[in-house]
Amino acid sequence: MRAGAEERPVVEIRNLAKSYRRGDQVVQVLRDINMDIPAGDFVALMGPSGSGKSTLLNLIAGIDTPDSGELRVDGTDIGGLSEADLAAWRAAHVGFIFQFYNLIPVLTALENVELPLLLTGLSRAERREHAEAALAMVGLSDRLEHYPSELSGGQQQRVAIARAIITDPTLLVADEPTGDLDRASAKEVLDLMDRLNDELGKTIIMVTHDPHSAERAHHLKHLEKGVLAD
Amino acid sequence: MKLPLSYIARNLLTRKLTTALTAGGMALVVFVFATVLMLEEGLRKTLVQTGTWDNAVIIRRSSGTEVQSVIDRNQAAVIVTAPEVAYGADGEPMASKEIVVLINLEKRGSAKPANVVIRGVGAKGLALRPQVKLVDGRMFRPGSSEIVAGRAIAERFSRAGLGEALRFAGREWTVVGLFDAGGSGFDSEIWGDGDQMMQAFRRNVYSDVIVKLVSTDRFPAFRDGVESDPRLTVEAKRETVFYAEQSELLANFIRILGLTLSVIFSFGAVIGAMITMYAAVANRTAEIGTLRALGFRRRSILAAFLLESLFLSLLGGAIGLVLASFMQFVSVSTMNWQSFSEIAFRFSLTPRIALQSLAFAAIMGLLGGVLPAARAARLKIVDALRAA
Amino acid sequence: MESVKLAIRNALRHRLRTGLTVLGLIVAILAFGLLQTVVDAWYAGAESASNTRLITRNAISLVFPLPITYRDKIRRVPGVTAVSLANWFGGVYISEKNFFPQFAVDPTTYFKLYPEYLVPEEQMKSFLRDRKGAIVGRKLADAYGFKVGDVVPLRGTIYPGTWSFVVRGIYDGAEKGTDTSQFFFHWDYLNETVKRTAPRRADNTGICIVQIAAPELAAEVAGDIDREFKNSLAETLTETEKAFQLGFVAMTEALVIAIRIVSFLVIFIILAVMANTMAMTARERTSEYATLKALGFGPGFLSRLIFGESLAIALAGGMAGIALTFPVADAFAQRMGTLFPVFNVSRETIWMQMVAALVVGCAAAIVPAVRASRVRIAEGLRAIG
Repeated sequence: MRAGAEERPVVEIRNLAKSYRRGDQVVQVLRDINMDIPAGDFVALMGPSGSGKSTLLNLIAGIDTPDSGELRVDGTDIGGLSEADLAAWRAAHVGFIFQFYNLIPVLTALENVELPLLLTGLSRAERREHAEAALAMVGLSDRLEHYPSELSGGQQQRVAIARAIITDPTLLVADEPTGDLDRASAKEVLDLMDRLNDELGKTIIMVTHDPHSAERAHHLKHLEKGVLAD
Repeated sequence: MKLPLSYIARNLLTRKLTTALTAGGMALVVFVFATVLMLEEGLRKTLVQTGTWDNAVIIRRSSGTEVQSVIDRNQAAVIVTAPEVAYGADGEPMASKEIVVLINLEKRGSAKPANVVIRGVGAKGLALRPQVKLVDGRMFRPGSSEIVAGRAIAERFSRAGLGEALRFAGREWTVVGLFDAGGSGFDSEIWGDGDQMMQAFRRNVYSDVIVKLVSTDRFPAFRDGVESDPRLTVEAKRETVFYAEQSELLANFIRILGLTLSVIFSFGAVIGAMITMYAAVANRTAEIGTLRALGFRRRSILAAFLLESLFLSLLGGAIGLVLASFMQFVSVSTMNWQSFSEIAFRFSLTPRIALQSLAFAAIMGLLGGVLPAARAARLKIVDALRAA
Repeated sequence: MESVKLAIRNALRHRLRTGLTVLGLIVAILAFGLLQTVVDAWYAGAESASNTRLITRNAISLVFPLPITYRDKIRRVPGVTAVSLANWFGGVYISEKNFFPQFAVDPTTYFKLYPEYLVPEEQMKSFLRDRKGAIVGRKLADAYGFKVGDVVPLRGTIYPGTWSFVVRGIYDGAEKGTDTSQFFFHWDYLNETVKRTAPRRADNTGICIVQIAAPELAAEVAGDIDREFKNSLAETLTETEKAFQLGFVAMTEALVIAIRIVSFLVIFIILAVMANTMAMTARERTSEYATLKALGFGPGFLSRLIFGESLAIALAGGMAGIALTFPVADAFAQRMGTLFPVFNVSRETIWMQMVAALVVGCAAAIVPAVRASRVRIAEGLRAIG
């Protein structure tokens, strides 16, 4: 991990607020969040149901927009980006890991992993090469042509991780990555995430309930009713 | 659109029953659409082929059909002396003064009656129609009660086959030959000696006169000549145009009824496609959210679902077209309302009809898919992901 | 009947899908009903034929006439109570598109033979007095705005020249199925003009209409009439009015058969749509069915649920489609004008529509019901749909 207090945090959040409409009611999910995440960190966001942790993750990942406040990732204020720019930004800067893997059922493991590269200008051969390398990194070189239905939960999550890192993103965001896995598979996935953080220096932001997952994080942030508890 | 086509195609294969049923509905609609167009085309082809471009048909003014027309001997004599009429090797004008009537015959095997055209031709009658060829037996002898029948009539009607005899106008008429008129209207006719027919029917006037012109561009002059001649009350038309006009009412009816039906049916097929695509969107909501999260734009999602609907409908369209092509083995015979006589024709598939059918299918697919695809594209990422 | 309530509620769960399916059914049942009505309209002439009327025509074909002297000879055949004549005129009113039948008839006898044409006495009297008079049907009068006293010019095709007639009366039909699109005028007026212009064609008629004392005499009288004229200048063919009308239908039989086939095709189309809807719906509810089974409900209950939902949708669409058939048929008849003089939705058609809807509702439910009843509880509970 690189030191340096002058080094700019990869995620800078100032006075972030977000609310939702539920019928007639307005629910304030996040109020006045202030947070910094340095590069190469491994952060776990925890909190009870309805605390806003998933919402915060969504905002950082650029799949939702804040009502007010500043949200900078790697220097860019993503809160002010247009939808089109945000989509392009996500493709380049964010890798997603979901609780239910969210693989495309009709695509093979290899095709799922190369999916993000379809948004780049790479040739078919180049895409294949990168995808194979990513799958090798997660230890699934022998499952390239398998469909998700032919893989176990742990294997599917590893494919999802390969997909998440293939564009060499700035951030990896994970929403309950081990929520649907048994103990052994969960451990495999967490080990993988550790390696990505230690060896490749990937910044990881994870939402979790699971104490085993939380253990692996370097920093824990607690959210309660839309505010960070210190 | 950045999403691969294999993604779209494979999604169709996942739900085989649904794809089959939706495409099946489309196929039936396209079948009706294509068949109607083929029927109309077949009718038109039959009647357009009836006639040659350098022949002219002269009927009494305003009589509409040959059967209703009357031209007396004097008028006929004047018509054939027009300068634009060609002459044969024998020095005689290339003209046929004809008597055209309908007789009521029974169909083979069903005793259901139909009106069949009997054409009493002049000596040059056969020569004026090069597309008519004797294929069995021989031509009738002039001055006899012999007749030749078009193949369609010989097959369909009792006692009209080779060697058989029909009884009408107090005489027995023996079929001594069969002719093939290349799928034109003449295939549904029976020909005999004009003078004999006139005697038998106790008429001494002709129905119409057919002439061959020196060259086809002399037609306007010919027409103006006979139509303005004070001794004549006739109108002249090119043979091809005359017969094409005879089918207009029937062809229009077929086209309007058929297209109306196709449009109504397409409603059902479009609804079927809509239901299928809405379900597809609903089942793949999480997937849509994932793709958007990864960076795919709304328009890629829109295009993907539209293309899926399009593939579905083109699949159905292709099947419908293949089914329709089998109709080419069926021949239709019905009464032409204008001429009141039986006419046989087939379904005719042309490349243009095939393209129109596929285009129709494509339009149905797009209409069925547009609303569901729009719904898919409009989903908010967080809402879609929550559906997982 | 808990399963019925549940079935209906289930149908309403997916409002868009159910709504679209019902809409599709409405269109299909409506189209089916319309097409069957078109076929019925084709046979309308035969349906309204009287069984005590025979038609005598030239044996060669309708193109050839009968001498007028035949009328009296036919009158003397035993069993015959009255004879009239009618001659197809085939004129054009302004343009060929305005088609309606025109007949030159013997006015004193014709309308007695067709009591279903109701003419007010005053109008009949003024018609009989005017040689150039005409009686037109209500539908025809409405279509072209003919009123008593109007002059109607017709361009002759069989009988050349321009003919002018004066509308002296408008007839209404006694039944719904009576053709009121016809135009009748004096045969004498036609004949006297033909005598001057083409004398050889004079004193002829197209058909003779023969009234017989009782329907059972039809075959015998027809045979007698034809025997009377055998080996004469114009041999005759006499048949019942129904057979005569059916002869016309037979000539365009191919089209009628095609329309019938197409009307059944539309039912197949909507069956595909409905089967798809039910298959998708059932598949999505697999875990629910498994739950119900776990709770102790048997496969019979599940089947009833699915059939119930399918039939509820089919009946909703079917009823609405049937209800709409009437106004749409009316609108269609208006547009078609005199081409289809009689266009009524028959009771049979409605029955067939009902049956079609029920068949579609049942057939669409078969495969999903079988699948649902076979669901294994443990697997089903795990299914996501």
